This record gives sequence, C-alpha cells and structure tokens, in this order.
Amino acid sequence: MKYIDEYRQQELAQGLAREIRRTVTRPWVLMEVCGGQTHSIVKYGLDHLLPKEVELVHGPGCPVCVTPLEMIDRAQAIARRPDVIFCSFGDMLRVPGSESDLLILKSRGADVRVVYSPLDCLKIARANPDKKVVFFAIGFETTAPANAMSVWQARQEGLRNFSVLVSHVLVPPAMEAILQSPDNRVQGFLGPGHVCTVVGYEEYEPIAAKYHVPIVVTGFEPLDLLQGTLMALRQLEAGKAEVENEYPRVVKREGNRVAQDLVGKVFEVCDRAWRGVGTIPQSGYRLRDAFRDYDAEHLFQVGSIKTQESPICISGLVLRGVKKPHDCPAFGKECTPQHPLGATMVSAEGACAAYYTYGRHLHMKPAAAGKAKELEVAHS
Amino acid sequence: MCLAVPGKVLEIERNPEGVRMAKANFGGIVKSVCLEYTPEVVPGDYVLVHVGFALSKVDEEEAARTYEILREMNQLAELEEGETEAAAAAPAKGGAS
Amino acid sequence: MSTTSAPEHEPTAPGPAKAARGVDVGALLGSCPVPIMDHKEVVLAHGSGGKLTHQLITRMVLPQFRNEFLEPLHDGAVFSVNGSRLAFSTDSYVVKPIFFPGGDIGKLAVHGTVNDLAMCGARPLYLSVGFILEEGLPMDDLWRVIRSMQEAAAQAGVALVTGDTKVVDRGKGDQIFINTSGIGLVPPGVRIHPSRARVGDKVLINGPIAVHGIAIMSVREGLEFESEITSDTAPLNGLVEAMLKACPDMHVLRDPTRGGVTSALAEIAEQAKVGIRLEETRIPLSEAVKGACEILGLDPLYVANEGKVLAIVPAEAADAVLAAMRNHPLGRDAALIGEVVDDHPGLVTMKTTVGGSRVVDMLSGEQLPRIC
Repeated sequence: MKYIDEYRQQELAQGLAREIRRTVTRPWVLMEVCGGQTHSIVKYGLDHLLPKEVELVHGPGCPVCVTPLEMIDRAQAIARRPDVIFCSFGDMLRVPGSESDLLILKSRGADVRVVYSPLDCLKIARANPDKKVVFFAIGFETTAPANAMSVWQARQEGLRNFSVLVSHVLVPPAMEAILQSPDNRVQGFLGPGHVCTVVGYEEYEPIAAKYHVPIVVTGFEPLDLLQGTLMALRQLEAGKAEVENEYPRVVKREGNRVAQDLVGKVFEVCDRAWRGVGTIPQSGYRLRDAFRDYDAEHLFQVGSIKTQESPICISGLVLRGVKKPHDCPAFGKECTPQHPLGATMVSAEGACAAYYTYGRHLHMKPAAAGKAKELEVAHS
Repeated sequence: MCLAVPGKVLEIERNPEGVRMAKANFGGIVKSVCLEYTPEVVPGDYVLVHVGFALSKVDEEEAARTYEILREMNQLAELEEGETEAAAAAPAKGGAS
Repeated sequence: MSTTSAPEHEPTAPGPAKAARGVDVGALLGSCPVPIMDHKEVVLAHGSGGKLTHQLITRMVLPQFRNEFLEPLHDGAVFSVNGSRLAFSTDSYVVKPIFFPGGDIGKLAVHGTVNDLAMCGARPLYLSVGFILEEGLPMDDLWRVIRSMQEAAAQAGVALVTGDTKVVDRGKGDQIFINTSGIGLVPPGVRIHPSRARVGDKVLINGPIAVHGIAIMSVREGLEFESEITSDTAPLNGLVEAMLKACPDMHVLRDPTRGGVTSALAEIAEQAKVGIRLEETRIPLSEAVKGACEILGLDPLYVANEGKVLAIVPAEAADAVLAAMRNHPLGRDAALIGEVVDDHPGLVTMKTTVGGSRVVDMLSGEQLPRIC
C-alpha cells in the first residue's frame, strides 16, 4: 500500500536504529503522546530496537482510556432506552462502566451499533425516524472535524432525531499537566501526528519554549516513530527545545483551516475530567449553545450517576509516564483486558492493554516479577 | 489515537444531501470518503482518511523527501560502518578518513 | 466402541489453563459452583474462538466429560474400531449474512467438517446435517443452501447420509443454523496431534490469511472492492492428502477459523508446550485484505479464515511439503511462515517487518473495528 509500506521497511528501520545509537551519549526519557503511536511501538517492537539509554514512556493520548467513568455510565443509561439507537466507534464497545459495557447491553437487547464514520449515524437517523439516534462522540482534535460535521449536517437537513454525547479531549493541556507535575520525568515529546494534521503545531511552540522540551510532530508508521525519536534525541543532545515536523507529508504548521473553522462553529473549549488524571481546565470540547438540540447530555436526563474507581489502579501514573504497566502489581493478574480495573487497560490503545496484548506481561524479567510480587504483598 | 490511512481519490461527487464525497482506493479496496475538509483535492490525489473523512492531502513531494532522507542516512550509516570495520581491521594504516 | 486397543495419542495432563504463563488462574476460579466467575451469562466473546471460548471449554466442558479422546481438544477425535482408526468431528454454523461473496452457510458447513476430519489426517467419508430453521425463512434461501451443500459434498467426495430438521418460532432462530458431523478413516502410520510439534519443526500455511473474515465484513460494513474479495472457503482433504504423501510423518495440522491464525497457533503452542516464532514478512497477505484491515484497524492475524491449513512439519520434510502444496490448486501461494523453537514454551512470538519482536497472544473476544 502506497504511503504505508515504504514506512515499514526493515533495512531503513535498522538504519535509523543505528543512527540513534550513534547520537545518544546519555539517558533520555521521551514520551509519545498518542495511543496509536504506543500501539505501533509495541506492535512492531520498536522500543527493542532502541539503545537502553533511551526510554519511551507512554502518554495520555487515548481518548477511550480517559473518558470518565461517569460518561461511560451515562452512555449506557442512554443506550438502555428502548427508543434509542446508540451508535459508537468500535473502540468504546467493551469499555466497562460501573456495572456493564455496551456490548453486554447489546446482547441484552439494546440497539447498539458500531459505526465506522459519524456520517453513518445520519443514515441510520434518516432510516429510523421513530427512533432517537445518539452518537458517542469521543476523540481528540483529530476526530472533532468528523463529529462536528455530523452535527452541522444534521442541522442542515433538519434531522430531529439525532444527537451526540460529547467527550472530546485536547492534547496540549494534557501535555502541560504532565510537564507541570512534580514527578515529571519526560524530557522530550513525539507529538501527535494526526491531531496536528487538523490543528497544526503552532500551539505547541509556546509549550516547547516554556518548559524547554523538544516536541517532534511524528507519524504512526515504524519509520516515522524511529525518525521522530532520532530528531528529538538530536535536539536533546544539542540542548535545543524546538517544535519540529517529522510528518510533513500530511502536517502543515497551520493545520487544516477549513476543518478548524467548522469545529470552531460547532464546539467550544471547556473543562474536562480525564479518567485517571482528574479535571484539566480548558481541556475538552462541548457543543455550543446554538446546537443544544443536538446535545444528548441535555436531551437525556439520566439522573446522577455514582461511580467507583478501583483503589489499586495506577493508571494516572501510567498516563503521565511516571510508571510503566508492568510496574503495577495488578498488571496481568487482577487487571487484564478481559477484566480491566482502570483507564489504561480498558481500550486497545491504552498502554496497559497494548503491553498485555503484545505479551509484555509474559516477558517480565524475574527481577521485575519478584519486585511486583513484593509490591503486591506490601499493598495487601 | 487517530487511526488514519492514506487512499487515492478516484471520483468525486455530491451525495444526495449535498455533501462533497469521493470514492477512494486503499490498496485495492474502495470506500466512500467525505472531502468537505479538503476542497482542493482532485481525482488522482492521495488523502489521509480518518473515520471516513479526508483530513489532509498527502504531499507527494514531502513524502518523497522524507523517504530520501531515510535512505541516504541508511546508506551513509552503512558506509561509515564499513569504514569503521576496515579501520578496526587495519589500524596500522592510519586513522579513519 | 472398542477401547481395548492402545490410545492413538498421548492424552494431555488435565490442569488449570495457562499455568505456564504466570496468570493466577486460582484467583479467578474462586469458590462458586459455576467455574467461570467472570461472566454470569454467555457473551458473544465466548463464541469467537479466542480466550473466552478456550476458557468455556477447558473449565466447563472438559472437566465434565474428561476422557482421553476429548483431552487433546483437537479438531476431531480419533479412535479405533475393530482395528480401523476412525476420526469423528462436529461443527455448527451460525454465520451472518448467510450468503456472502464466495459462499454461503451451507458450503461452509460441509467444508468445515470435511476439513476438521482432514486435520486429523483422515479421509472424510460420511456427513450428517442438522438444520435449525427459523419460521419465515424464505424457501428459496433454504433451497439455495441445500443445493450449495450438495455441490460442496460432491466436490469433497463425501456423502451426506443422515440428518435432522427442526423449525423454531419466528424471532427465535436468526434464519438458519446448521450443524454437520462427520466420520473419516485415518490411514495407518498417520499420527497427527498437537502435542507432536517439536523444536526445529517448520510452520507452513497454504495461502494468504484473513480472506474469509474480510469477505464477510465487506458485506456487513459495506466495503467495496475493485476486484471483490471472496471467501476462500474450500474442502482441504485433497490438499492434505497430497501433503501427507510428501510427509506421512506430519506432526500437526490445523485449519485456522475464528480467532485467526493466532488462536490456532497459540493453542498448539500451549498444548505441545513449545514456542512458535513467526516471521511477519513471510506471512502471505493480499493487498486488498491488507487495505481493508488498515482502514478498519484490524490485525489480520486475528481475522477469521476458511480454506486455510497450517502444518507443522519436521524440518527436513518442509521443502517437499511446500512443493506438494504449491502443486495443488489450493496451495499455490503456500509459504513457510515460522518455526517451532525452545524459547518461550507455550507462546507464539513474531519477528516484525522492521525487525522488532512481539508476542502474538490470543484475544479474549471478537476483534472490533477501531478509530484510535
């Protein structure tokens, strides 16, 4: 496949790995922001190609993981209603709420449908005028243009039976929250390539300057990730802290203005709760008042929702790169993708889930396993 | 986050609701894609598609440039490794060039 | 049924699943009378061929019916009757849609049991069929399915000798469910069993993966293909016979279906307590299937297959078996995709396209399309 296969070639990957080894003179900690990048790194075993001085920690770039438990419970409450067709991206189907998940609700008779594109929901709404179609609009800035278009288009057409349950999150506030934290170890970032396709990378320049960290906007294929890592390391070795673009084939500094325009018309910035991290100010999107009629949170009063997070889950520390999945005593034991305890295990993009799926819990060295055992005893 | 895949735009049309759409080819599979956010795209262009929406045109020149950088670096690294090995094998002949 | 002759295979020792992997199974079992604590009800994932299916069988079914023929959990059971070795297998089909590019539920049902028998090294002889029909199923559809089964049986060289038909109320049966069971004859000298995988053996496959699953999904997701992706469902008994001729001492055969190539190999690795190492660059995958997987965010290693056979053969026989496969219409793109190793017993790992490494583990349930 064009523009995919070229970026997966072994020889070039080995070449990059060699160059990285030559460049590094001391230990560095880098964070890749996006869950999709984490997924790629673990799937291709890229971190095994890096010298031991380079540590990759995984960021909070997984909108599924960080969707608050309360929002998930709310989605399920809406999906249970017999007059509702609840549409969602596949990623959200298995995320457990306080009691259940959407897939289980589906098996019990709820009309829950997986959609590939938000526009599919409009088709469903047109075809089912007697039902209320609700779309679970999650994502980072990347997905906002698509979600915004579904609402915009619904209003253009005068569709009365379509609404969205919004849980959008933004990257820069999350990065700042990480950098401001006293236990922060991250010295450089591989920036979110597809988010920047939409928003550009102008807003990362003040962050790089303020915290003196290099930020390299990076793609998702193995060669992109290795090259982005190399560029970040070169900056760190040279004491630089700039924003660079590893992904110029689709990212421009100003991003996609047309998309930004429509997103701005439909959404506005608001405070958002991030599961495992807490509320980060001005870190999410909500629908503007003009689109209140399409806001499922207003249309469906589901009452107060009591949620309970697991006390032993350390996903907040994992999301901020302070701990790795195998540092958690519950990893691979009480906490697996089949019965996840918290944010980073609930979706395939979460660091814990990615590690588990690609077998990291099985590759734990005896020392680490022993340490995990010690922690388990200490916690009990 | 953000699974997005490059595809080649085949034909462009407006759907019954007036939205600008295209058929795009992803390695042999053809899927419908919304082009509202990439008004400049014409058939034959490659676009990056996320959840059924083209977010950006793939800049073929930039892609070629990125790729060239990788290849050159790989060749250079191989050359240097070859030199290093040769130097290690015959130190009496003088330092590396 | 005679039980005086020696068992045809080594029964695997019963015990908690996955003990070798460090997962604390004991903590999961608890003291509830129903062995599977995690789910109070059956969920879809229990049928997807991955971890939950495995759990359901090993924790609920196996302990109740424990016997040497069931233990191996192979595609079919092999036992002796009056000196001849017979293979016996069963399979049920619930696929939706019932008609898809390249086939239909009837064709799958015939091929499925024929193939399960072939995976035991048997020549398939006789099939039974059980229909569960939903009230309201169009008679034309039923006729199409039956005709398709007749063609498939004729092509595979098997006879349908007995059957049963039931009809359930409208809404209680999702159009049509089919069960087929079959009996075959295992030639002398053939001993196919998952536990026979040995370090140094090579892993072969007869062609590109993930075709069937994508063909089905193309209908469900409304994907179009330039040249349509059709299911690769096929009767494999002819191909397997050719492979056995090239290597009568075949160690393992398995046809990967739900759960993908991963589930099949992970099960073998676990049962044989060996490691399996794959090479990603060698795994045959067509461009169109790859494109579909990229768009939907699916990993082809977990997508369902039909008409595919994995073989684990002694290293010295690999070339001969590959040649025999490539000589056969169902094996033209046969490839050597990995080998059995003594590292990481019980696990499947893979060298990735960029030279890294990862573990290939079973999923717990169905793979869902993703956007992240």
